[in-house]
Amino acid sequence: MERGTTPVAGPSPFHGVPWHGLLRGLLTRRFGNTRFSSQRPRPVDLANFLIQLLNSVQYGLLLFMLAAGLTLIFGIMGVVNLAHGSFYMLGAYLAYALSAQLGSFTAAIVVGTGLSVVFGLALERLLFRHFYQREHLDQVLLTFGLIYIFEESRSLLWGDDVHGVPVPPLLTGSLPLTDTLSYPVYRLFMMAICVALAVGLYLLIGKTRLGMKIRAGAFNRDMTESLGINIKLIHALVFAIGVALATVAGMIAAPVSSVYPNMGASVLIMCFVVVTIGGIGSVRGALIAALLVGLVDTFGKVLLPQVSSMGVYMLMAAVLLWKPEGLFKS
Amino acid sequence: MQSTPSVRSPSRRLVLSRSAALVGAGTASLLLPQIARAQSGKVRVGFMLPYTGTYAQLGVAIENGVRMAIAEKGGKLGGREIEWFKVDDESEPSKGVENANKLVQRDKVDVLIGTVHSGVQMGIHKVARESGVLNIIPNAGVLPVTRALCAPNVFRASFTNSQPTLALGKPMMERGLKKAVWITWKYAAGDDALEGFKESYTKAGGTIVKELAVPFPNVEFQALLTEIAALKPDAVACFFAGGGAAKFMKDYAAAGLHDKIPLWGSGFLTEGTLEAAGAAAEGVMSTLHYADSLDTPRNKQFRSAYAQQFKMQPDVYAVQGYDSGQLLVAGAAAVKGDLASKAALYKAIESTVVDSPRGKWTMSKAHNPIQDIYLRKVEKGDNVVVGVAAKALADSGAGCKLT
Repeated sequence: MERGTTPVAGPSPFHGVPWHGLLRGLLTRRFGNTRFSSQRPRPVDLANFLIQLLNSVQYGLLLFMLAAGLTLIFGIMGVVNLAHGSFYMLGAYLAYALSAQLGSFTAAIVVGTGLSVVFGLALERLLFRHFYQREHLDQVLLTFGLIYIFEESRSLLWGDDVHGVPVPPLLTGSLPLTDTLSYPVYRLFMMAICVALAVGLYLLIGKTRLGMKIRAGAFNRDMTESLGINIKLIHALVFAIGVALATVAGMIAAPVSSVYPNMGASVLIMCFVVVTIGGIGSVRGALIAALLVGLVDTFGKVLLPQVSSMGVYMLMAAVLLWKPEGLFKS
Repeated sequence: MQSTPSVRSPSRRLVLSRSAALVGAGTASLLLPQIARAQSGKVRVGFMLPYTGTYAQLGVAIENGVRMAIAEKGGKLGGREIEWFKVDDESEPSKGVENANKLVQRDKVDVLIGTVHSGVQMGIHKVARESGVLNIIPNAGVLPVTRALCAPNVFRASFTNSQPTLALGKPMMERGLKKAVWITWKYAAGDDALEGFKESYTKAGGTIVKELAVPFPNVEFQALLTEIAALKPDAVACFFAGGGAAKFMKDYAAAGLHDKIPLWGSGFLTEGTLEAAGAAAEGVMSTLHYADSLDTPRNKQFRSAYAQQFKMQPDVYAVQGYDSGQLLVAGAAAVKGDLASKAALYKAIESTVVDSPRGKWTMSKAHNPIQDIYLRKVEKGDNVVVGVAAKALADSGAGCKLT
């Protein structure tokens, strides 16, 4: 077959573009004669590539929603929050329970977001506030314990079954993109929400007075306080925002990911990967890293399914070798 | 991809109580030798099934089936009364051995009927091999139990995980579907199903263009569906079950693939999932050893009797339970209730021709059913039998030394 040397048949819109050659080279030369031999390389066509790009961005944005909260809470209050994945799970279960109760997914999201802010404020006031000045190990013990408490409460409240959350009727359709593939409208909706929240977060931190105080507090806590700024209130707000972001991510992800026990655990690991790659405490880094992870994960699954589960971690290792403190050190 | 670290590592209390239970079980077996099991009085039948959690309904259906089969033959085993024992296995593999020992060591059952979950089955299997207790498996299709680790006292009344897909290749090729993409969850049952599909499809001349997998129980299929659309295979074959199966069929339709690339799968794709999947399931083809709509007098008689007795419709799991009961009845009758005469008992079970609602089947040398696999098509929310995909299909039983 001479697969290693023959150019891929058919005109390719990406002729000469380096990544294309890279992918082709990876598929044909490196693995052409080994276990990948039954899986013929094929030209990566433009439409398919763009749709996979869309999938990557969508996954990346969702990860960003989670990682942003994690990195904010760490960057500003210095708390390592292992229970962050539980907020995601909480969101998904809230979407399930509330949409069944209220009969409307939109209402569920609105009520759920409100509840999560209250929940975040309460949690900060009762527990986290007392741990800002303590060692990371204490924080890890607290938040690790919280994972158990949240899981058990979830089990008592909603049981251990897997549940589906129906996509709201307005968003059930699909847009035909190619002759074989359509794209579910709901996924576009998810992206829109994530982008809106990301922009909102950027404006809040970068352009508002409150944002300035938040940044000042992260930079020098004592100085900020001595200027008469109520740092405790700022911390409470930041914490609630972080919790709400993760919960909203869980709520809007529920229709596509289903709702199941322990769903926070796998997401938590991805979040830490994102935060580590992006640079701890950096929101911009989290965005770039989340999109990178989305890309590597999606294309890894498709191009090299046998080793896809390693891809993201290899990315992390590579970035850490290159920049031990992550892409953007805050 | 994400390797989920188990957040539920056992607590100290659990570890302590488990070790206590193990020590207790150990001493009990020392103090009470085999004599305690002498064959007087009642036959002790133990159920080890999931009665809580995701598989709870399967456990109930299986128990119903077993009781129904025995009740039909007078409610006795070889003329002896029955004393029932029940343990909820919670589909929890880490408690498999402990729970099996509750029945075998504490309750001294003569026969253990269980279970659904393949991981738990491995625990039962360990206990069955060590204690020699008669074990009838009403569902779990985990391969080693009737292959390299097969045992004279362990019989399966259901299927192996690769058996349904072993019948998938030929009918696909007969319909001119020469190139297929395979997709499943990346875990033992998914790998087993792929083994069956690969063998049957390539033997029939088909080519598997690509094998795709998502980690269990992840249901984010979007990237892989995009890939399928780009590959444009003649068909997609898959293994999914339960809630994930319904989700897969819905996503498959939402990606616009439903009308363009036919979807085939191991029959569990469309068992108990049709209502949830709705229109997305229409036209899906699958292979399984049973179908609710199977048009035989035997099946109709079974279904109406079951529905009347339990006020619910039977499913494939009820049938497997029913056949487990039938095996036990036949075996006990042959030895006149003397379950201690093992050689004769096993011989009787091995040579039973089970008159099942799914059609008559026999036991293979490795103690797994040799059975017809049906080809079904989803029409108006029902699995309609199109034909027999494979006649008297046996699992290879590779590595089993029983003769």
